[in-house]
Amino acid sequence: MDMVAGKVKMTQQSVNSAMNPTDMLERPIRLTAKDVTVHYGQKQALHGISIQIPDRAVTSFIGPSGCGKSTFLRCINRMNDTIEGAKVGGTIKLDGEDIYDPALDVVELRARIGMVFQKPNPFPKSIYENVAYGPKIHGLARSKTDLDEIVVSSLRKAGLFEEVKDRLNEPGTGLSGGQQQRLCIARAIAVGPEVILMDEPCSALDPIATAIIEELIDELRENYTIVIVTHSMQQAARVSQKTAFFHLGNLIEEGVTEDIFTNPVSKQTQDYIMGRIG
Amino acid sequence: MNALIVAALLLVLLGVAYQSGWSRSRNLVTAEGVKVHSRPQYHGSYVAIWAMLPALVILGLWAWFGGGITHNYTVSQIPQDTLLALDQVQLNATVSRINAIASGYGIAGEIQPFEQSAGDALRSFQMLTFLGMLLAAAVAGGAALLYARSRVTARLRARNAVERFVNIALLACSAVAILTTVGIVASLVTEAYKFFTFINPLDFFFGTVWNPNNAGTAGNWGSYGLLPLLVGTLMITAIAMLVAVPVGLMAAIYLSQYAPRQLRAVAKPLIEILAGIPTIVFGFFALVTVGPFLRDVGGFFGLSINATSALTAGVVMGIMIIPFVSSLSDDILNQVPRTLRDGAYGLGATKSETIRNVLLPAALPGIVGAFLLAVSRAVGETMIVVLAAGNSPVLRGNPFEPVATITVSIVNQLTGDTDFAGPQSLVGFALGLTLFVITLCLNVVALYIVRRFREQYE
Amino acid sequence: MTDTLSNTHSASLERTKLIRAGLRRRHMSEAIFRGLGLAAIILALGFVALLFTDVFRKGIPAFTQSNLHLAVTFDPTVIDVGPAPARADFTSEAEYNAASLKWQRDVALLNWNTIIEQSMRAAAPAGYEIDTRALLTIPETDARHRVRAMFVENPALLGQTVDVDVLASANATNWIKGNINRDLSDAQQQLSPQARTLIDTFEANGTVSNGFAWSIFTNVDSRAAPASAGLLGAFVGTLWMMLIVVILAVPIGVAAAVYLEEFAPKSRLTDFIEVNINNLAAVPSIVFGLLGAAAFINYMHLPISAPIVGGLVLTLMTLPTIIIATRGALLGVSPALRQAALGMGASKTQMVFHHVLPVTFPSILTATILGVAHALGETAPLLLIGMKAFVASVPTTPFDQATALPVQIYLWQGNENRNFFEPRTAAAIMVLLAVMILLNGVAIYLRSRLEKRA
Repeated sequence: MDMVAGKVKMTQQSVNSAMNPTDMLERPIRLTAKDVTVHYGQKQALHGISIQIPDRAVTSFIGPSGCGKSTFLRCINRMNDTIEGAKVGGTIKLDGEDIYDPALDVVELRARIGMVFQKPNPFPKSIYENVAYGPKIHGLARSKTDLDEIVVSSLRKAGLFEEVKDRLNEPGTGLSGGQQQRLCIARAIAVGPEVILMDEPCSALDPIATAIIEELIDELRENYTIVIVTHSMQQAARVSQKTAFFHLGNLIEEGVTEDIFTNPVSKQTQDYIMGRIG
Repeated sequence: MNALIVAALLLVLLGVAYQSGWSRSRNLVTAEGVKVHSRPQYHGSYVAIWAMLPALVILGLWAWFGGGITHNYTVSQIPQDTLLALDQVQLNATVSRINAIASGYGIAGEIQPFEQSAGDALRSFQMLTFLGMLLAAAVAGGAALLYARSRVTARLRARNAVERFVNIALLACSAVAILTTVGIVASLVTEAYKFFTFINPLDFFFGTVWNPNNAGTAGNWGSYGLLPLLVGTLMITAIAMLVAVPVGLMAAIYLSQYAPRQLRAVAKPLIEILAGIPTIVFGFFALVTVGPFLRDVGGFFGLSINATSALTAGVVMGIMIIPFVSSLSDDILNQVPRTLRDGAYGLGATKSETIRNVLLPAALPGIVGAFLLAVSRAVGETMIVVLAAGNSPVLRGNPFEPVATITVSIVNQLTGDTDFAGPQSLVGFALGLTLFVITLCLNVVALYIVRRFREQYE
Repeated sequence: MTDTLSNTHSASLERTKLIRAGLRRRHMSEAIFRGLGLAAIILALGFVALLFTDVFRKGIPAFTQSNLHLAVTFDPTVIDVGPAPARADFTSEAEYNAASLKWQRDVALLNWNTIIEQSMRAAAPAGYEIDTRALLTIPETDARHRVRAMFVENPALLGQTVDVDVLASANATNWIKGNINRDLSDAQQQLSPQARTLIDTFEANGTVSNGFAWSIFTNVDSRAAPASAGLLGAFVGTLWMMLIVVILAVPIGVAAAVYLEEFAPKSRLTDFIEVNINNLAAVPSIVFGLLGAAAFINYMHLPISAPIVGGLVLTLMTLPTIIIATRGALLGVSPALRQAALGMGASKTQMVFHHVLPVTFPSILTATILGVAHALGETAPLLLIGMKAFVASVPTTPFDQATALPVQIYLWQGNENRNFFEPRTAAAIMVLLAVMILLNGVAIYLRSRLEKRA
């Protein structure tokens, strides 16, 4: 990352201009987490996390690896349900609705809260099929033309359409890493989610692909609430408006990104930002 | 008794050789005070290997040729005129009588004078040759021991020599696998070739009638058409796969994706018990339980199902293959990276949608490979078919009727018969060759597919 | 901005509605799919359960057998033979042997059935009318051999009356246990009406009783006296073969695996060996039988029907399994251990034999036991090397004629007296399964023990 510091700084300027801190704080709250705990068997991974996530802004979770930031992210669309022995406590509300309410359908929830993963994971199908898969299973397209439209617009929003428009029927696994990750973002967008969770979406990518994705995230912010987990503080500073610092399963500090980086309250946060832990 | 003496001799030789190498090496260290290349154990092993090899070669030669030499000696002790009067069976009887006399036990009936004298002569001959062989082995071993011992010096790279020997021995062991394949191919091909000198290959591979004349002579061998057997084999295999694939695959999916850990811990080994049950047991089960059950069920619906039929054998074979399919599929499903599943879940796909649309397509090549291995196993399965398929080598397509398969006919034509003179028994090898080629192709393709699949996700 | 905002909001409401509309159907298909999976598991487990209960239900009754308690009188008028020769009367061993053989032959030629008949009539109600043939269908035909053997053993029994337990014949056992339908007409019954009534009388007066069928474990196979047929010969035959497999397959297999995994240079040859081994593991077992028949018996002239050939064939069959399992175990040894050993100045051979092999010992042991257990149940290749010949003796060396447990099962299931041999076959299967389960259990136990210690 440091090797391309010049490039990164350049993009930083172009990206982080859209919103000022006060603007951010006035945004309505989309997600509210209260006292969220997670146990994997005997081991407690999260110790009572409470945080509010603003609408149509980028919130980033930072912290050393193993601090619970990804675990918490996976609580938000109940991905932890798929892990055997994981137990989630506390409440998370999306627009005031408890997402752990037994009456709530997790399938519907995940259609509303999409997710992009650490490693690009396109399905072993064509590019078109990859994007069309979500709308298909959820029955969002009434006709083939409908579906085509969703696929094209999703690919456009993910900034991938121009690159792949001539080879929509080729396998998605044949794309480059950065393209694959944008394909995964397009795939998530195609379902029309309100929130997009991103779990270290750039950790497997080279700096140039990373810069493109970061730019994309900034564009998507206009229409989606985005939560991003990152191990890179620079990335958090560049793309997010709100930042939360996790350490050893605890939420240490949260706030406007600029404040966290320039003026951390907690000593642990300061140590992390100064590079003393993690 | 003799075996014990030989073993004792070898053990003594081994011990003495090792000890002498070891002690000489120790003396080198203490006496000369120089740096010795190898440790005493290696010098001991070095001398022991040198001593054992010639002794073993001599004993091996004797084991190989000794029986024939003794037999010839025994025959030579029978007076010429008596010998001429004996046919082969009588000769063998006489030889075994002489052997019995030589071994010191009484025999029934009158002992003829020539038998007595031949027996006595044989006894001393056996004693002499045995002692001679022992002596030769001991002398050769001892000489080699002394030679090797004289070579034990501080600079001798005994460890390297011993390790080279170990290396060669290990290589020889791996070569057994190749030798086995060579042996299989050679015996199948030569005997099948002999068969094809009796029967035209075209009549064999494309014949539609299987009716070997087991008492036949030249010109009246009977018909050896492969097709009825091939059709029977394929029919049973197809039925088996119809049972095994859905059940095995769904069981694997349920166990790997749905089942709580406790259930998996119990169910998986229980299903694998099926894989450990000998096929003869399945055959018995098919014959006495499944067959009559299917017949009754068929009768209930007005179908005429034979108790021993392609259906019975196929169903039971399918049951036998379930654990094979399920454990292979389980392995392969587990190879599909978790991230793919997460991707589908993250889009809001249900579990079954994830499995059907993402997991299975991704695992498809591997699963196809697993199925081919299962097919190969079904094609080569013998005992279930021998017991429960009814053994009726007639070309027909009704699975409710008895059929015969390639394996059944091998067993029928070849049990206990070593007089491979006519096509009646030789056809077993032609069938075996066909079976071997079919399964080999299936295995090679299947293993290739599975290997490619594994590499894709590594 | 506002436009897009309201637009997306209504769009998202619309989408949610669409998604909800499909949810019922999707959850239904989820439930069906899951149900199918569960059904498959239940079906598979059901087959295991069915097979075991079926075999047990049929086999357990065969472990009891009907015996006749007879008071046998060694009647001197029937046993009309001179005294047994004594060693002291003869000058040479050979002469004594010959005389003794002659005496035994004379004894054998006596009509021992008369002795049995007399004792049977003594046990029957006085004056019960039954002809000799029908009467002698009740005890097993080996009863006379047993009584004769008692006399040969102890000629002093002449004139005495001794209590002897003899086995009831197979047909009598069928009648007593209800293996045959008692309501069948006389023509379909194996025993005459007089014999059947007599058996019932015997049961009432205690002459007949059921006991544990030790003969299954202590006797060899028998055709003439099916009720006395046992597994001892087959069991010993199997033991010989297992011994050969263990002696040959284990060292060769482990050595081959060690060579391929640790020493072999990556070359065409080793690739070929590897492909070869994988294929051999999937070659049908019957093909190994063909190899045995052609190579070992026809070409090398090893004895037919002998455990040595069976053992060799099973060894070749088991080798690939052991090699593959051992290689897997060796592959699992951490590179750190290897580097540590090499770093101490050990040679490669020393590293493998002193450090790597001991660590993999539990896995190799388990794989070996499982491979041997698998070989134990093989039938087809043994049929081709003549091991289905009827053998009524216990093989004392691996070169003697013998049969094996699974082959014995095959032979028994083909016996014409189905009523008697079906349960007995099931009993033999139970013995075979017990041996296999025992081996598997030992493998699992040893692995868990050794792994805990390591």
